[in-house]
Amino acid sequence: MNSDSIPTADAISKLIQELNKLPGIGLKSAQRLAYHLLRASDEQTKLLAEAILSVKQKTKLCSVCLNITDADPCSICRSPQRDPSKVCIVEQPQDILALEHTKSYSGRYHVLHGAISPTEGIGTEDIRIKELMERLKDGSVTEVILASNPTLEGEQTAMYLNKLISAIGIKVTRLARGLPFGTELEYADDVTLTRAMEGRQEF
Amino acid sequence: MTKPRNYQTEAIIIKKTKLGEADRILTLYTPHLGKIQAVAKGVRRPRSKMSGHLELLTHSLVSLARGRNLDTITGSQTINSFLPLKSDLELSSYALYAIELVNQFAADDVEDYPVFQLLLETMKNLSQGGDKELLLRYFELHLLNEVGYRPQLEQCVSCHSPLKEVTNAFSPGAGGMLCPACRQSQPFSHPLSPEALKALRSLQNDDYSAASKLKIDQKLAQHLEMVMRNYLRYLLEREVKSVAWLDSLKAQGR
Ligand SMILES: [Zn+2]
Ligand SMILES: [Zn+2]
Repeated sequence: MNSDSIPTADAISKLIQELNKLPGIGLKSAQRLAYHLLRASDEQTKLLAEAILSVKQKTKLCSVCLNITDADPCSICRSPQRDPSKVCIVEQPQDILALEHTKSYSGRYHVLHGAISPTEGIGTEDIRIKELMERLKDGSVTEVILASNPTLEGEQTAMYLNKLISAIGIKVTRLARGLPFGTELEYADDVTLTRAMEGRQEF
Repeated sequence: MTKPRNYQTEAIIIKKTKLGEADRILTLYTPHLGKIQAVAKGVRRPRSKMSGHLELLTHSLVSLARGRNLDTITGSQTINSFLPLKSDLELSSYALYAIELVNQFAADDVEDYPVFQLLLETMKNLSQGGDKELLLRYFELHLLNEVGYRPQLEQCVSCHSPLKEVTNAFSPGAGGMLCPACRQSQPFSHPLSPEALKALRSLQNDDYSAASKLKIDQKLAQHLEMVMRNYLRYLLEREVKSVAWLDSLKAQGR
C-alpha cells in the first residue's frame, strides 16, 4: 500500500476545512483554492504561509487607540497632522479603514473592539471602554465622535458612552444617521427616515 | 403542514446572528408559525433595502421563500419600529430582556399566538412609559402561563391545602408555593409575604390594565424580582444573559 496517499488526502481535506472557515469562502471556493495552492509553486505557497503567520506575530494593538498596528503608537496616533483634541470611537479596526478612505477626518480614533450586546452577554467590561475613559482623563480631548454602527447594539453603545462621557464635561457628537447614499426613499425604514428628518440640514 | 414556497408573515425580530460577510440569520417570532429562523442576505451592507426593517425589537411584515435548510427573507416592511424603545438605553434593555426570554422559552415552529400578543403588548407598554419592573414581572408570569411553567400560587404544591394569610414560601424546584408546614422538608425555597403573594397572583391572573394599577414599593419590587429571577434560572438552568446588563444599568442609576 502506498503510505503517502492517505496523509496527502488528509492534508488537502484539512486545508479545505481551514479555508472553509474563512468569511465568504464556501465549500466549493475552499476546494478550488486548495487545489490551486496544490498546483502553485513552492515559492508562492511559502510567501502566502509566511504572510499569514506574520499577520499574527508582527501586529499588535496601538497602546493609545487600540487600532491594529505593526508599530506602537500607530501611524495615526504618531502623526503631528492629526488633531489630538478629537477622538472618533469605532467598533472595529476595519471601521477606521473605511473612515480614513474618505480623507474627511483629521482627528484620532479609539477602537472598542465590539459593541454592547446584552442578549449575547457582552457588557461594558467586555469591550475597551476602560481604556477610553483613562485616555480622556487628562483633558486634552475636547470632542468625542461616536461612530458605532447604526444597529441596536451600536446605538446602545453610543447611548451608554454619551452618558458616561458627557458626565465628565466633554462634548459628544454622533455620526449623522440618515439615508445611505444610493438608496431609494420608499425602501427606507421608519427609524432611518425619522432620524434623517430630524437631522436635516440647510441646503 | 408544509409551508408554501413563498409566504408572508408578521414577525418581531428577537435575535440576529452574523453569517458570512454580509448576511444574518434572524430569529423571528411570528403570530402563527411561532419561532422561526431565516436567512437575510446582504442586510449588513449599507445599501440593503431590508436591514432597518429587520433590526431587533422591530415589528415587521416579512416575505420569505422556503429553502432546503433555512428559509430566506425576500422582503420586509416595518409595521412598528418602536423608535421610543430604541432611542432609550433603559427601555431598549428591558425590551431586549423580554425578547431573550421569548427566545429561550419558545420551541421552534410551534404556534403560540398569545405569546406573540404578549410580547407586542409588552413592547408597546414599555415604550408608553409604564412601570418597567412591574411590566417585566407581568411579562414573565404571563409567558410562563403560556409555555407550561405556570407557578402554582393558589395552594400548597405539596399538601394541596389552601394558603393562609401568613408568610408562606416559594419553591422554584416544586414550581410554586409551600405552606409553612411543608416548607420544613424543602430546603430550597424563600419566604414570601402575604403582600408579595397577592402581587404575584394579580400579575399572573389579571390583564395588564388591572395589574398595572398595583402599588408596589421598591422593597417589594426587588423581592418579586428576586423570586422570579430564581425561578427562571431554575427553569432555564442558567442565568438570562441580559440580566447582568439590566443590573449594571440599575446600579448606575442609583
Ligand atoms: Zn493609535
Ligand atoms: Zn403544605
